[in-house]
Amino acid sequence: MWIRIYAIFIKELKQLSRDRMTFGMIIMIPLVQLMLFGYAINTDARHIHVGLVDLSQTSESRAVEQALVATQSVDFIARYRSIKEAEVAITKGEIRAVLYLPADMTRRLFNHPLYDHKQTDSQLTQPIGQWIVDGSDTVIASTIRALRNMPLDEVANHTATRTAPSFEVVQYFNPEQRTVVNIVPGLVAVILTMTMILFTSSAIVRESEHGNMEFLITTPVRSIELMIGKIAPYVLVGLLQVAIILYVGHWMFSVPIKGSILSLLGSSILFIFASLTLGLVLSTIAKTQLQSMQMTIFILLPSILLSGFMFPYDAMPVAAQWIAEALPVTHFMRMIRAIALRDASLLLLGKDALWLGLFTIGGIIIASLRFKKTLG
Amino acid sequence: MISNESEQVEYAIEAKGLSKHFGNNIAVNKLDLKIPKGSIYGFLGPNGCGKSTSIRLLTGLLEASEGDVTILGNPLLGHEEALKKRIGYMTQKFSLYDDLTVQENLNFVGAIYGFVGKRKKARLEELLALYDLEKQAKQFAGSMSGGQKQRLALACATLHSPELLFLDEPTSAVDPENRREFWERLFDLCAAGTTILVSTHYMDEAERCHALAIMEEGNKRADGSPQALMDAMPATVVEVSGNKLRQLKQTLTQHPEILSAAQIGAHLRVLVKKKVQDPLSLISTLSDGRETVLARPSLEDVFVTCTGDRYVD
Ligand SMILES: Nc1ncnc2c1ncn2[C@@H]1O[C@H](COP(=O)(O)OP(=O)(O)OP(=O)(O)O)[C@@H](O)[C@H]1O
Ligand SMILES: [Mg+2]
Repeated sequence: MWIRIYAIFIKELKQLSRDRMTFGMIIMIPLVQLMLFGYAINTDARHIHVGLVDLSQTSESRAVEQALVATQSVDFIARYRSIKEAEVAITKGEIRAVLYLPADMTRRLFNHPLYDHKQTDSQLTQPIGQWIVDGSDTVIASTIRALRNMPLDEVANHTATRTAPSFEVVQYFNPEQRTVVNIVPGLVAVILTMTMILFTSSAIVRESEHGNMEFLITTPVRSIELMIGKIAPYVLVGLLQVAIILYVGHWMFSVPIKGSILSLLGSSILFIFASLTLGLVLSTIAKTQLQSMQMTIFILLPSILLSGFMFPYDAMPVAAQWIAEALPVTHFMRMIRAIALRDASLLLLGKDALWLGLFTIGGIIIASLRFKKTLG
Repeated sequence: MISNESEQVEYAIEAKGLSKHFGNNIAVNKLDLKIPKGSIYGFLGPNGCGKSTSIRLLTGLLEASEGDVTILGNPLLGHEEALKKRIGYMTQKFSLYDDLTVQENLNFVGAIYGFVGKRKKARLEELLALYDLEKQAKQFAGSMSGGQKQRLALACATLHSPELLFLDEPTSAVDPENRREFWERLFDLCAAGTTILVSTHYMDEAERCHALAIMEEGNKRADGSPQALMDAMPATVVEVSGNKLRQLKQTLTQHPEILSAAQIGAHLRVLVKKKVQDPLSLISTLSDGRETVLARPSLEDVFVTCTGDRYVD
């Protein structure tokens, strides 16, 4: 039995190493994704392009503008004479928001409680200006909304009252709040899902498509041996990808890797096995490589959207959470972030590990049962 | 004891009422087979007549819709795994790995059949020499010629010295010279005791078999040794020579007693129903005194008489 598995393993490795395209993809997919997510995609909105309608034209209005620029949230790229003009610019998409400072802004500012703590007459309290925001992008809208309570003491020449905050927030992990720190370990999970499922699902289908299967079935190879031999090389491929992503992420984006190598390795292997068996199950359904590709995408989309990679798991509706729980990637996403960023040990994550293990066993059973059938 | 044993013929393949339906399409219809051990048996038939499907049923690759199969003395059903070690199968389509070399392909198949170490090395060298593949050992299988591929496929199918060998159209991509060579190998294997079942649509190949079955649309139309089939042919062969054979052919095929007329070079080969008392004079009258002679029946004549609408019971 082991001779046969080993023979298939060696054969598959040789074929893999000769297939330049696939081999290139194994390396390039993680690198390209890492660049995209590391540099281009940033969920903290910064330097949003905005416009200004300043009817007050005072030193105070300029001070307000300076204070806003200092937050780095917005860049004033244009000035307009009226709200009308600014609205057109928003519609055209030239700016995402506009700040309107009315002619009596200076008076409003002096009456403002954040500016003058002696001012208690709420009748006189009015906002000093208005933001008009293109609300279609919620990330931008919420960034601007966060400017509502911007302290005005930099505008005033004296220290204004500091209202004591209701909560104090201490940030344990990722103190600088960089998205990339959370993204890189998550990327490990997404890329493994993609490549592991895709490669295995097409590996078996390729065998039937090229007519090799007809011969193999009449040899003493058993289906379980064929499956183990065929997916074993991809365990190595998967580990290689984990290493690339974490190493390059650490080196280029200074993403900390706090957990132990052993826990990382253990959780990665568990997840790789789970993804590979999922790919195997798909391969018993697909008849052509194109079909296996389509099915991979069918799994990949919820894996990216629901696993907590893009949006926090806790914020999803319950039904979506159930679907997410069924996907191996959700469990691995939790594990790899916990291990890489919070130095959790594998033991601490027993529930997720157990689930991946069970998924693998279930997958192998289903795949070998179905596999038998397709041979007729 | 000896006399008793030798009387009894041992069969490598016995099939009774073997059928395979694909939906409404009947690919194989109630096939009965008895193939003695140590013989070469042929399936002769046109495209789509069910040769490949029959072989897949007999190798256990497909499950039969009906019927029983006994392979090498064991019922196929339930013994598939044990029988896999004793049978070899060369598929119609090349089923080895194009992106592996000849050596690597053989190595892989060897390991699959449990050959290791020295034993494997010795067997591979033997096969490379036997099938004249030594020069190609390091070549990728995908880049080889049709004949070389076919020799590699045969080497892989016979690597474990099977007792029963299935060959599905093994020579379809091979020139006549290599085809002769290939059949020499088959006779060597047969002499060593291997039973061979080979499918083909070439008459000359079918003629080399010890026995064959003529198949059409899933049915076995006739079977027996080539000689027996020719002897039992329900028609007489008359050859006509002369000019304007095309027109003559038209007139002859209209006649109810004439099964077929086909032009072969300068002759017209006419098959006349056996019940016609004097076929020569019949044809002479019909062909306005052109030269007519009786000819020896060929396997092709057998094939023609037992397929199509000319099929005579
Ligand atoms: N998997 C299948 N599903 C449906 N129909 C099939 C299947 N396999 C074969 N057939 C049908 O069964 C019939 C016999 O096919 P088969 O491949 O056995 O022919 P063949 O004699 O090997 O022909 P060829 O000389 O072209 O190889 C054909 O009509 C074919 O369409
Ligand atoms: Mg065929």
